[in-house]
Amino acid sequence: MTAHGDAGQLRMDELLRAKEETVLKRWIDLAGATVGGRADRSVLAGRLREVYQALLQFIGEGGDASDLRGLLADLSRKQAREGFTPAETAAVVFSLKEAVYGLIESEDDVTALRGYIWLARQIDDLGLFTFETFVSAREKIITDQAEQLLELSTPVVKLWDGILAVPLVGTLDSARTQVVMEKLLQGLVETGSEHAVIDITGVPAVDTQVAQHLLKAVVAARLMGAECVISGIRPQIAHTIVTLGIEFGDIVTKASLADALAYTLRKSGVQVTQRADKHVVVGLERV
Amino acid sequence: MTSAVELVIAGNSDVVIVRQQVRNSAQQVGLSLVDQTKVVTAASELARNALMYAGGGQVRIEVVNNGVRDGLRLDFTDEGPGIPDLDLALTDGWSTGGGLGLGLSGSRRLVDEFDLESKTGEGTRVTVIKWAR
Amino acid sequence: MERVPVLKLGDLLIVSIQIDLQDQSVLMLQEDLADAIVESRARGVIIDITAVEIVDSFIGRMLSTIASISRMLDAETIVVGMRPAVAITLVELGLSLGGVRTALNLEKGVAMLKERGGADPVAVPE
Repeated sequence: MTAHGDAGQLRMDELLRAKEETVLKRWIDLAGATVGGRADRSVLAGRLREVYQALLQFIGEGGDASDLRGLLADLSRKQAREGFTPAETAAVVFSLKEAVYGLIESEDDVTALRGYIWLARQIDDLGLFTFETFVSAREKIITDQAEQLLELSTPVVKLWDGILAVPLVGTLDSARTQVVMEKLLQGLVETGSEHAVIDITGVPAVDTQVAQHLLKAVVAARLMGAECVISGIRPQIAHTIVTLGIEFGDIVTKASLADALAYTLRKSGVQVTQRADKHVVVGLERV
Repeated sequence: MTSAVELVIAGNSDVVIVRQQVRNSAQQVGLSLVDQTKVVTAASELARNALMYAGGGQVRIEVVNNGVRDGLRLDFTDEGPGIPDLDLALTDGWSTGGGLGLGLSGSRRLVDEFDLESKTGEGTRVTVIKWAR
Repeated sequence: MERVPVLKLGDLLIVSIQIDLQDQSVLMLQEDLADAIVESRARGVIIDITAVEIVDSFIGRMLSTIASISRMLDAETIVVGMRPAVAITLVELGLSLGGVRTALNLEKGVAMLKERGGADPVAVPE
């Protein structure tokens, strides 16, 4: 850094400290205007006050921006969660430039102007940094939500004592299939169920990988001492599986979930009979 | 995190120690339970291979990061006779040591990255990586 | 080196593996079991692997071998309590545990062997 730059930086430091309240008030006003009426004014003011203190420390002690960056990262994460746009968040930081400009506008001070240019460059950096953190915070929120959605969209349900089912709905990708299958196998152990139905009626298509994962799950269940039935295979999926040359071997498949239930009930020794008055009666057959 | 652990594989009990250390590191990386089990199983196969075919070797267990995800890298080296035909050695069911022939080919399926280098008469090096999801 | 104990319950032998298996322990268990089957005239063997965190090809082969040996000695082997993560890993590894029957837990394993025992002829009165 040049001597001029240093002098400018010192002058800027003096100014920012001396006129702290003025600059801060103007900054809060400007920032408040950019984010509109959606932000809670007192909360925003509190956050900016903290950032301002860290900025003073950064300028005064020269160089170490870690505190300042930490605070800004925190600010942009909060803004991201509260639903602000990245542009709005960066604008909050950039508006500090205008707030400080008010200080030197009235004075004819070259040193202060140099200091301002130096500060403006720092603020640009910080604004970009805020933008970056905002984007990565947003991405984190999206992945978290995707994970939650995955949990929600893959229930393992009990059909009968000893019979579990996973009704799969929607497009299956490799990751989701793996999660479902792990959940199913865990469910078998926890409930001591010897039968499971994987129903893919709601699945429009499968690729090789997904078909392989389904197949592996059935084999893994068998290794654990449980039997899986796959039901609801659409004609297109059957076509895909055969065309891809995937060997389904001796895995039991049924046309519908109802057929699969009937099959697994029979396998577990439960007899279902229909009485004359059309009530379905279920009895346990000794095996 | 740049913590690396080096272990010597000289006897049967060392295979168990390698498994335990790999499990610890896999937990540290944050691998899921299934992925932990996969990488520990692969480590067990590779450690036994070093013992059976080269009379021993060593493994370096290291936590790595590719910028997006953390992962666990295992680097097995030995100064054994080496493998003359790598393709054949990676075929399911091929074995010269009286095993099931699933050691190399099977452990390759259990990890995300698998690299095998071998020079006849000089030794073998197997490097595997499992990334956290 | 630790030895895996073999327990006798009626005409069943029960082996519960609670340690991280060393290859030598595996081989010794194989021998101990064969001896115990003959000695106790057991009709069934249950190997409980609920506590086993990994099954590699060596341990997998041991399970298959035990099943073959005991079948030759007229006893049926059932492996119980395999963890989901272990099962998924075995499938990926390409190990099918040929000839080994499995059950979800000890209780179901015992029930499976009893079922088989019921089919055996009882002593015919003179």
